[in-house]
Amino acid sequence: MGKQLLLQHLNVPGIETFDFYRKNGGYASVEKALKTMTPDAVTEEVKKSGLRGRGGAGFPAGMKWSFLDRKSDKPRYLVCNADESEPGTFKDRYLMEKIPHLLVEGMITSSYALGAKTSYIYIRGEYMYIVRILEKAIDEAYANGFLGKNILGTDYSLDLYVHPGAGAYICGEETALLESLEGKRGNPRLKPPFPAVAGLYASPTVVNNVETIAAVVPIVNMTGDEYAKIGIGKSTGTKLISASGHINKPGVYEIELGLPVEEFIYSDEYCGGIWKRRKLKAVVAGGSSVPILPADLILKTAKGDQRLMTYESLSDGGFISGTMLGSGGFIVMDETACIVRNLWTFTRFYHHESCGQCSPCREGTGWMEKVLHRIEHGHGQMHDIDLLVDVAKKIEGNTICPLGDAAAWPVASAIRHFREEFEYHVRFPEKVMNPKHFEIEPFAAEPVGA
Amino acid sequence: MTERKTIQFSEETMALVQRVINRYPEGKQKSALLPLLHIAQAEFDGWLSPEVMDYVASILDIQPIEVYEVATFYTMYNLQPVGKCLIEVCRTGPCWLRGADDIVEHFEKKLGIKDGETSADGMFTLKTVECLGSCGTAPMLQCGAEFYENLTPEKVDTLIDKLKASDKRSSYMRSNKVM
Repeated sequence: MGKQLLLQHLNVPGIETFDFYRKNGGYASVEKALKTMTPDAVTEEVKKSGLRGRGGAGFPAGMKWSFLDRKSDKPRYLVCNADESEPGTFKDRYLMEKIPHLLVEGMITSSYALGAKTSYIYIRGEYMYIVRILEKAIDEAYANGFLGKNILGTDYSLDLYVHPGAGAYICGEETALLESLEGKRGNPRLKPPFPAVAGLYASPTVVNNVETIAAVVPIVNMTGDEYAKIGIGKSTGTKLISASGHINKPGVYEIELGLPVEEFIYSDEYCGGIWKRRKLKAVVAGGSSVPILPADLILKTAKGDQRLMTYESLSDGGFISGTMLGSGGFIVMDETACIVRNLWTFTRFYHHESCGQCSPCREGTGWMEKVLHRIEHGHGQMHDIDLLVDVAKKIEGNTICPLGDAAAWPVASAIRHFREEFEYHVRFPEKVMNPKHFEIEPFAAEPVGA
Repeated sequence: MTERKTIQFSEETMALVQRVINRYPEGKQKSALLPLLHIAQAEFDGWLSPEVMDYVASILDIQPIEVYEVATFYTMYNLQPVGKCLIEVCRTGPCWLRGADDIVEHFEKKLGIKDGETSADGMFTLKTVECLGSCGTAPMLQCGAEFYENLTPEKVDTLIDKLKASDKRSSYMRSNKVM
């Protein structure tokens, strides 16, 4: 088992309660930060740690914190992004459900660093049962003097609340999240101004992912320098990976960044190999938005180097032959999976979730869904394939928020790496009319009896 | 003339509503809109009628249109009556890879309704939804606050029987005392 910084106490019975969490070293980062460190010193440790945002973008967390407008006379806010909705991603849910106090502790320590007196956890509405788990943990933290007025007898006070959303992927985009938290539709805002200057209620605000905030706990406990020694290069620390699809052991795994992808897929410690003794066909490594890669390119880079679970190695080769670590939503497909059908479900998702504010995304996602539907159901034409590439290109980079890019990349990459399979759908409509076509007979450019 | 139910939160619910409103700074009570719509939906038969939305607007002292535009944006708010048990089956990529289509098909056969329809007895509404963050335990569905995971046709049969026997309205909120 690799290094565990977040989930090491996962299997301790009762770890979801304050008492057991505390007995296992919980809330030490709050004590250390509030009693021995200035807020800026905490931020400094996070900077030194090299921690990168765990929600998907991978932006250095310490730098994001340092942008916060500390000269403003308005109140500052920390908002935790628990709107986890990227297909293939379920790590935040796991963490909040199993070790809710880790997030509460991270929120307190981080809020102290940022000078926030009120903080919110914005959680997707579908996770309503976790709202209760978090509220119970928060109540316990208040009862034990870790929240509320004069925490641990210091002059620092903090109130922490959970705020449920109501079903909208777009609210994972930080400015849409803030709109939603203000009681509005989740339409992303034009930037600048950035939330660090004008966020929640036009006040300076930091929005961080659940896992990012949880990682602040070990960083403060062990120091940023020590944390930075874990991992490889600019991919420091550990990362929660949500593994799903055609593998023997789907689930959430905490890995030390730098683990070879091959080991992650085939080791019994992690995914346990491909199910039903089948062959690996493709992987979407970082949530539905990142480019899909065929088996050979996910295991090795185009140059022939072993592919590693790091921000850099996964993106080696750019979008021509690489992908992204993203949110760590690792979706594995075996030889019976239909790339076109999987892509159609993704595109349907983005069409459903587009907020409708920008025309390229609102219209483009709908067109891509329709064209993919007809290809998948045996009504496609050869020129539809290039039409998809063209639509994707016209969405990418032309929208206020990254949802447009997120919808375009899967389409462009699937056609880049699996064009033959799209052509097959056009050439053999009678074969693909059965929705289980590749389960009956895995894809081959020239099928049996063709 | 059909009798119109008075739209008014119970005293207990009103106390919760007040607590929720107090989480936000003074003058920013509109922030409580999403949670309040959840509470209202749970209290008033699982959907948001225009009258219910107007009532929520009056509590928050905002214009009714501000409630309508929000209620129509988010998928968890039902703007039409739904069956007692709203069955939401995830069908996005990772769930599809693990057989979500078979689960939907099984429901359709078993309940004699199609995606989006409500059974004649008003007991079940079947709805396919996009990713619910349960990809590692796919295929799955949500009914109220409960997630049902690693589904098989047999598990679906057991669930249908269980839901029929309990005869309770599904709700994202388990009780109106907490949120």
